[in-house]
Amino acid sequence: MKYGFYPGCSLHGTGIEYGMSTTVVAKKLDINLVEIPDWNCCGASSAHNTDPLLAKALPARNLALAEQYGLNDIAIPCAACYQRLKMSELAVQKEETREEISEIIEMNLKGKARARSILEVFSNDLSEERIREEVVKPLTGLKVACYYGCLLVKPPEVAIDSTEHPLMMDRIITTLGGTPVEWDYKTECCGGALSLTRVDAAVMMTAKILHYAKLAGADCIATPCPLCTSNLDMRQKAAEKALGISINLPVYYFTELMGTAFGIAPNELGLDKHFVEAKSLLQNISAPAGQ
Amino acid sequence: MGSIQLSNTVPDSDEFRALLKKEYESDLSLCYQCGKCSAGCPAAFAMENTVRQIIRMVQLGLTKEALTTYSIWVCASCETCSTRCPRHVEPAKVMEALRIEAKKAGLVADKRADLFNDLFLQSVSNHGRLHEVGLIMRYNLLSGQWFKDAMLAPSMMMQGKLKVLPESIKNKEAVAKIFKNVQKKRGGQK
Repeated sequence: MKYGFYPGCSLHGTGIEYGMSTTVVAKKLDINLVEIPDWNCCGASSAHNTDPLLAKALPARNLALAEQYGLNDIAIPCAACYQRLKMSELAVQKEETREEISEIIEMNLKGKARARSILEVFSNDLSEERIREEVVKPLTGLKVACYYGCLLVKPPEVAIDSTEHPLMMDRIITTLGGTPVEWDYKTECCGGALSLTRVDAAVMMTAKILHYAKLAGADCIATPCPLCTSNLDMRQKAAEKALGISINLPVYYFTELMGTAFGIAPNELGLDKHFVEAKSLLQNISAPAGQ
Repeated sequence: MGSIQLSNTVPDSDEFRALLKKEYESDLSLCYQCGKCSAGCPAAFAMENTVRQIIRMVQLGLTKEALTTYSIWVCASCETCSTRCPRHVEPAKVMEALRIEAKKAGLVADKRADLFNDLFLQSVSNHGRLHEVGLIMRYNLLSGQWFKDAMLAPSMMMQGKLKVLPESIKNKEAVAKIFKNVQKKRGGQK
């Protein structure tokens, strides 16, 4: 299976472990990710707060490049990039908009490229059996709070799953042998867009999510978004301070958990690149299959 | 915020609502003020006016008050309100529209958010991609928060998450041109 791959700026920086784990996990599953040559930033979140045309045009250049290289299915790990590319894809379905955007990007745009989240690709294009085949270290006993955030499931026109009660990640965790916990904060916003401009508000929003994950009895949190992860992991200390309690929940990209269950070495997945220590929980839990 | 003068409507209030409808596809006359948007808003605790109140302000013609409220800059664009609105008013789009129009009118209340967006887009316009470190450093310096998050830097450096030099794409000009073409479409205005 061949897909265009759009890593986005975060995966080259703060979300480096998301990129590492996605790449090795996809390889294991025989998913061929071809990076879109010379891709540019999707503009999230400043372009859509500045100009609606710019917000459509920046992602559209990537859609046009993907079309040029015949990569009509674009797999996107970052939830923010996914939402921006999807919004642009939907906007250029209208002929009038397509012409306007083609003029701005000075490229031919056919409206053929489809933006897809890597979580949705793993969920819909692979059977559970295919994923299970690769599991050598089941996540037995690991209680995971699957946190989807906003951008993959809202607004409804771009949603990859239910807007209020998504289950895609929960199903993958179950296939890996882990136990997803029931909780109410799956799609509550962490304040990612405010992480730099309104740290006070972002920390309070993050704290709520962490608190409820803890109350639900989770051992860790799984996310499909680098902005969520930065907030939940990097700002966890600040959130603990605000709450006045200890949280100590490792925050994993769901791909890191897939890789761990597939027996990939922790450092290859980027498990050493976390703020809340993330390696020991998985070392203790994963025992070789058959034991 | 201070008291609201109900008589203090700006003359172009009809015009403003028409603009929201045409440019942002949001029809505020559909809103019957049920408040579902604000009940589910995860950032409401940090706002002086909730999204329902802001929509009411625009309905009443208090355009300038709506444009100058800090609250529109606390909106995290999570789209919960738009997802749940029973009247398809798309409150998140309204908040976004107000931010854009506030910027055009020179009425941005949260100067830091404004600075952040400018620096972000500057980075993308220069390199084709966002240089996170450059953005954060410039933002902290120019917003007067020199040591904000400084204690996070050493760990991030160790984790290889801080790239000191920006990563540029080959065809930087193509991206710079997108910015220029958008500006041209806007008749030179930003």
